[in-house]
Order: sequence, then C-alpha cells, then structure tokens
Amino acid sequence: MKRPFEEIVTEHGATVLRVCRAVLARPDADDAWSETFLAALRAYPELPADANVQAWLVTIAHRKAIDAVRAESRRPRPVAEPPDRRTAALEVEKADDLWAALRALPPRQREAVALHHVAGFPYAEVAARTGGSTDAARRAAADGIAALRRRLTSPHNSSEGATQ
Amino acid sequence: MSDTDTTLATLTEVSDDTRARLHEQLVAAAAADALLDVAYRIVDSPLGPLLVAATERGLVRLAYQREDHEAVLHTLAERVSPRLLHAPRQLDDAARQLGDYFAGHRREFGLPLDLRLSRGFRRQVLEHLVTIGYGQRESYAAVASLTGHPKAIRAVGSACATNPIPIIVPCHRVLRSDGSLGGYVGGLAAKQALLRLEGAG
Repeated sequence: MKRPFEEIVTEHGATVLRVCRAVLARPDADDAWSETFLAALRAYPELPADANVQAWLVTIAHRKAIDAVRAESRRPRPVAEPPDRRTAALEVEKADDLWAALRALPPRQREAVALHHVAGFPYAEVAARTGGSTDAARRAAADGIAALRRRLTSPHNSSEGATQ
Repeated sequence: MSDTDTTLATLTEVSDDTRARLHEQLVAAAAADALLDVAYRIVDSPLGPLLVAATERGLVRLAYQREDHEAVLHTLAERVSPRLLHAPRQLDDAARQLGDYFAGHRREFGLPLDLRLSRGFRRQVLEHLVTIGYGQRESYAAVASLTGHPKAIRAVGSACATNPIPIIVPCHRVLRSDGSLGGYVGGLAAKQALLRLEGAG
C-alpha cells in the first residue's frame, strides 16, 4: 500500500533541502528541492512498496544538485551581487556563512559531509554513492568537518565582531 | 566535539516559513505538470473540521473528523492515487461555498463532482440524492422507489452511510418513513444541525 505523497514531503522535506543546500547556494538549492520532489512525485506510483524512501529521495536530490553545479560551471560568471543587508537577519546570515563554507570544501569532503552529517547516511552508504571505500568516505567527512571548523572559527570569516 | 555539534545543529535547521514556501512551489509545479492527482485541504465548519479532496474531475471526498482524516487520506491514496498533496488553493471554491452554506447564504452547491468512490446501485442513489432540494426531506423507501428498486430500502441506507461526499451530496435529507432520523456518517447531531440550518433558511 502506497502512503499519500504529502506524508513523504512532510517526513523527508527537510533532509532533502539540507542535501541540496550542502551543494548549492540559494535560490538554486530551493529549485533543486522542487525538482527533486517533482521527479519523485512523477515516479512515486511505480516505486516498490518496500523501497527505502529516504535513500531514494536523497539519491535524486544529489543527482539534481550535481546537475545544477555542472550547469552553473558552464555558465559565464555574473558579477556577484552584494547581499541585501537590510533584510538579511543575523541568524540567516550566520547560517548562510555556514552553508557557504560547506560549499567551499573540496567536492569529496563536501559530499561526504553532506551525505553523512547532513543527510544521515552511514559511511558505507556514502561510499556507495560517491565511489571509493568506506574508510575513504569516513576520512573525507572527518577532514571536511575539521576544515569547516577551522574556516568558521578563523578571524577572517568570523562575523561576531563586525555585526555587533 | 561540541562546537562541531553546534555547527551541525545549524546545518539541520529548516524554518517553517521555508517549508511552507517550498511546499507551495511544489504544489504549483505539480499542478502545472498534471501530477497533482488528489488535492486536499481542511475547512473549518460549525460541525468541526471537514476534509475536502478533489481530483481533476471534481470533488471526490468530504470527511467529518470522526471518520479520521489520516485514515481517509490513506484510503484516497490507495483507491484514487498516491499523488496526493495538501493544496488548499485548489479547493478555495469548495471552501467558500461551504462557508456560504453554513452561513445560510447558499442553498445549492455549484461544484463538479467525482463520484468514482461509489459504484453500481450506491452510485445511482447518490445521483438521485443531488436532486433532493434544500430543505426538502425524502424517506429511504421513497429513494428506493425513485431509483427503481422499491425493495432496496436497506441498500439505500448503506449507500447513504457510505456517501463519500456528505453535505454536498445531501444524504442528510433522507429520513425514515416515520420521520425519525435514521443514521448519518457525520453523527446524528450533525444530521440534526443540517436539517435545522436548512429549515431556518
């Protein structure tokens, strides 16, 4: 028996968004989220009843996000727009810094952190999706978290003093 | 590890506003791609929250809270399509007409109906019920005769009991021959309230 798709969105929406944001900046991450659930909705009636829905969704999300990154790298780079300081709340800014730091990691580390720490997959599952061994996935995630911590605590990137 | 944990906690936050915005985008995209097989919303009413659901053909289900809305959605997923989303805007018209009806400003519903959840004789009964006007009453026996099966009084009763779109398909206007209420999917108090509303109007 197939559950209403609404329940699938409620249960897994946040996880899928985190996977998209780990790879893409807004609003591309939001677009990737919508494309993921639209593709999932299309295929949902044919999904086997015993399928792992979260793994299925994360696989689609990961593919959509990677596609978007490739499309982006083929586009000529536009001039960066300054963020709108009047509307951006401090909390959002901090979270954006964090996502930006995550996206700045080398691809293997970024994917390992996204899939293990953000999406919650065990390392063996991460390795199955990114290629390479389970140990390599574990090392990439650990290196990624260490780099993330260095980046966020370095005085250059800290927003503590500047925003107060 | 603690600052790493804090870092990761921030990574896992998704605000309710963001969820709502993305959900709305998904519903719009699904509707545009004809992938929204069943849209539903909850409409507040004097008889409690009502679940209303529609397909591309029309209104397919109205359910009282006592029918268990979650169970109703699961049945819709199974019997109509699992491509089912909370899509309030798709049901704005139904919500407005129900509001008007309960306020005593509407005597007839102008909504397309999808009767696919009802088959055979039961469906024939429902098609007759929509011809019973506002404030009118008919007996189970009369409905049986008028649908060409004068002995099928019990079957008329079960057709009313399993009416997938109560209120809009007005099974509350069907009573026993002696004038007593009989049964009602929304409970007898709801049946009485509807009859009183229509009597006053």
